[in-house]
Amino acid sequence: MATYSHAEPADHAHEEHPPEPHFSSRVSPSVLGMFLFIGSEIMLFGAFFTAYFFVRVVAGTAWPTPPFHLPIFVAFVNTCILVTSSFTMHWALQSVKRGNVFGLRAGLLLTFLMGLTFLVTQGREYSRVGFAPKDGAFATIFYCLTGLHGAHVFVGLSILLFMTIRAFRGHFSPEHHHGVEIGGIYWHFVDVMWIVVYMTVYIL
Amino acid sequence: MRNPLRSEAESFRFLIAVIVGAVVIVGAAYLNTWLGVAAAILAVAGIVWWLKDEPVPGAGEAPPRLDSATPAGTHRVLVVAASGTSSVHVNASATEIVVVVPALASTVEALTGAVDDRRAEAERTAAVLAQQLTRDGVRVRAEVGADDPVLAVDDALRTFGADEIAVAGDEELAEQIRGRATVPVSVV
Repeated sequence: MATYSHAEPADHAHEEHPPEPHFSSRVSPSVLGMFLFIGSEIMLFGAFFTAYFFVRVVAGTAWPTPPFHLPIFVAFVNTCILVTSSFTMHWALQSVKRGNVFGLRAGLLLTFLMGLTFLVTQGREYSRVGFAPKDGAFATIFYCLTGLHGAHVFVGLSILLFMTIRAFRGHFSPEHHHGVEIGGIYWHFVDVMWIVVYMTVYIL
Repeated sequence: MRNPLRSEAESFRFLIAVIVGAVVIVGAAYLNTWLGVAAAILAVAGIVWWLKDEPVPGAGEAPPRLDSATPAGTHRVLVVAASGTSSVHVNASATEIVVVVPALASTVEALTGAVDDRRAEAERTAAVLAQQLTRDGVRVRAEVGADDPVLAVDDALRTFGADEIAVAGDEELAEQIRGRATVPVSVV
């Protein structure tokens, strides 16, 4: 008799071929990976939003703390640019699915340029906004939330740069465009997070 | 619940839903602060309801049935028993027996990983059944399976293969396994 507490490799079952890969979980690895990614991002942004609401609601800090002002209009224009970039990203993916190489390249290039514009404009606003992270809780939270999002945009831009170079080198086709799909998911996620950040930091 | 970031197209739709929600919240808040709060609650609830209600692609399709061939001259019986089962009867034609005892845990235990006691119980049951089923010329092995009985059978069929499955006293489980396996399933 042989007693095992865990599955061991079959000794002579499936002799012609190895058994199919399998996993003892109710969630597939790809879905689980995405859930873990979303979960970690929610926790990361959630920590900063918790600090934000604590400062505004519990501590009662004025938002923005006088005499500072938030560049609401510039941020709105920046929001429009970022949201538009999601549309061009979607256009790029739809184009590659239909074999439209021009649409793919133009879509990715426009998305990259708009993302870059967003990031440069945000950096420019940082230099003109008139306060630094050390100037109280309001300023700290403002820079943390917008900076954390900016870091995500930077990562997205890096991905977009590689995607765009690959598109111009002809690496994607209607059958093989997984690289565009994954980058597109990340870019839309970054856009969704910006809408939440913009609404809480600038509008509320 | 549907994963809003499953594909680019779905994450784009999710973005559109978030934009619409944001516009509604800002519009309501412009009229009245508390109206904005109410709109925010409704918008979040609406998006959650939409994600929850929309069917997951492919979820309705039945999983493929598992073909679990074993080497010629072998008649392997897969015995599935719950923790605490003290004896089962297996067909005399068996040349190999694989006993699988799923480590059934509650949702809280599974989520917190506090499954050690359940695994220990399952291991004890597996050892008892292996002892009981041992006879001359029959190779018996026992193991603890996943916390879902059907998944545990899936694992065992993929790892060991079987010519027959014997379920200890659970007709409902046997019926579920019949939908997954091509080999005969009986209740013992």
